[in-house]
Amino acid sequence: MSDHRNLFNKIWDLHTVGELASGQTQLFVGQHLIHEVTSPQAFEMLRDRGLRVLYPERTLATVDHIIPTDDQARPFVDGLAEEMMTAVERNCAEFGITLLGLDDQRQGIVHVIGPELGVTQPGMTLVCGDSHTSTHGAFGAIALGIGTSQVAQVLATQTLAMNRPRVRQIEVTGSLARGVFAKDVVLAIIRHLGVQGGVGYAYEYAGAVFDSMSMEERMTVCNMSIEGGARCGYVNPDQRTVDYLRGRSAVPTGEEFERAAAWWLSLASDPGASFDDHVRLDGAAIEPTVTWGINPGQSVGVGETIPGPEEFPAEEQAGIAEALEFMGLESGQTIRGQVIDVAFIGSCTNSRLSDLREAAAVVRGRRVADGIRALVVPGSQQVREAAQAEGLDRIFSEAGFQWREAGCSMCLAMNPDKLEGRELCASSSNRNFKGRQGSPTGRTLLMSPAMVAAAAVEGQVADVRELAELDS
Amino acid sequence: MPSETVTRVTGTAVPLLADDIDTDRIIPARFLRCVTFEGLGEHAFEDDRAQDPDHPFNQIQFAGAGVLVAGRNFGCGSSREHAPQALMRWGIGAIVAESYAEIFFGNCAALGIPAATLPRPDLDALAAAVHADPQLNVTVDLETSEIRHGENSVTLEIPESVRTALVSGSWDFLGQLLESQDRIRETSQELPYLSGFHTT
Repeated sequence: MSDHRNLFNKIWDLHTVGELASGQTQLFVGQHLIHEVTSPQAFEMLRDRGLRVLYPERTLATVDHIIPTDDQARPFVDGLAEEMMTAVERNCAEFGITLLGLDDQRQGIVHVIGPELGVTQPGMTLVCGDSHTSTHGAFGAIALGIGTSQVAQVLATQTLAMNRPRVRQIEVTGSLARGVFAKDVVLAIIRHLGVQGGVGYAYEYAGAVFDSMSMEERMTVCNMSIEGGARCGYVNPDQRTVDYLRGRSAVPTGEEFERAAAWWLSLASDPGASFDDHVRLDGAAIEPTVTWGINPGQSVGVGETIPGPEEFPAEEQAGIAEALEFMGLESGQTIRGQVIDVAFIGSCTNSRLSDLREAAAVVRGRRVADGIRALVVPGSQQVREAAQAEGLDRIFSEAGFQWREAGCSMCLAMNPDKLEGRELCASSSNRNFKGRQGSPTGRTLLMSPAMVAAAAVEGQVADVRELAELDS
Repeated sequence: MPSETVTRVTGTAVPLLADDIDTDRIIPARFLRCVTFEGLGEHAFEDDRAQDPDHPFNQIQFAGAGVLVAGRNFGCGSSREHAPQALMRWGIGAIVAESYAEIFFGNCAALGIPAATLPRPDLDALAAAVHADPQLNVTVDLETSEIRHGENSVTLEIPESVRTALVSGSWDFLGQLLESQDRIRETSQELPYLSGFHTT
């Protein structure tokens, strides 16, 4: 086994500090990211016990979840958000942690800025008090979402207690059809394996489809590993990984970069490496995919009809019926043509420059349909700047989209961006849970940013392949 | 720093035998706008309860329950520790489900909440017994690895590492992790990315 190891086990072994009395591994954490929502109680735990942060330089903080994306003047209108903002500022100052706040142009969604700054690198263990930390696995890192008690443990010891998961290789062969994006691939995987299919596993994404994806596309896929129940997901580092990282601010330069690149590439799963499970999907068969239910596994291709409870195993039928009732949808209807109220392009899944380009390509020269509230929320200030430099903001604004400041926004609606009542939202985010977008009865259809753009201009779920000039 | 031993939890139960209950439903995101976990208990399942008068957490006969009976993939979604915190502050001391999402399970372990699993038929029987007699006492016993209710006893499953940590009072890992500072430093010194990428 030691001669043919997969990347996960190589990194795990390298970071193993020892075994705890319980039998769990004490795992060293190479990079810790924190934000304003899941960290304040962790700092209180340190204060309660008189502990300091062991390696303050290995933790980086930013603010994203509660940030207003229009009026960002302090104090925030929402007093609770202001209190959280003040807490993260005070905590970082007191414990010596770098905070990329609103006044720092490096601020943004934590899972967008880590890669953007080169903080996220292959071979690391990286954790954050946020389930979508799995995003960073796109670089060939073990990237884990953790709870607040664990945030305190990492702050105080730079380690975690964990059981080693099994590793499942998910191979997607062939190539994607025109109009099919990384989001569709991960939605198809979750539909195939189920939202609990990954419990107990780390996912390795392998095969031609991932090999030919950009780093941003790989991030989209790894981001939603958690929606499939997996503890984390990763793609093996390759030349694209190295090329993406070269020149980024937290990455070494010169000779040291070349040494780093050689090491990164050496971490990829060995030829013939063993896995605990293997699943293969045909990439060419994946359609633009849209969710119809209340979890990310409940999806169909845009050309399909919505299924009914009778098409599922007996023990799942009640849940399917509940989902259809909540969504106000019926089996046999097409998902295509469902009239939407809101279009949201953003979130740690799909708010990077390539996502905005794909959406803008659809929007260019068209108008948001009457009565639809449409917003674009870039993932970071740097994404926003880059998009503006190439005029994407104007394309969106002229079409009738609101062009906002960076943050998590309507993905989970902890800021003022929310659905109202039973509004139906075409969303490039990651969760269609009941109430997720801020209205307890609000409804979410997950899809790719290009599909959200198509829905916005058509006023209903549409097939992006029929709208966009995607041939370029 | 030793923590309290958790060997058994006894109380009445509340049955919520549905699958894929996510942490947004357990505690909606707007209640995460806080800097402490205080007061979260009253908001557990708030939106589900508002939309369903028959939600188990609305029913007076289940008020004061200490054991939550749940379905498959309980606690999926967000990593928010606010979810088990809300359940704990509502009064839940132990959870019995078919399976758990892993981050939620880890958060329960970190709070000293036993999150045990039972096969679905045993859960169905337990939920039926609780519906028939909401005052039924249910015991989650980690020393004998069983769940007892009335005359019935079924074998529970929980990862041995977590069971050991709970019954020995060592589930608060912070103290244990702090003990190995020398080895933490040694491990960090061997990591190429913390030492200029000089690999051999």
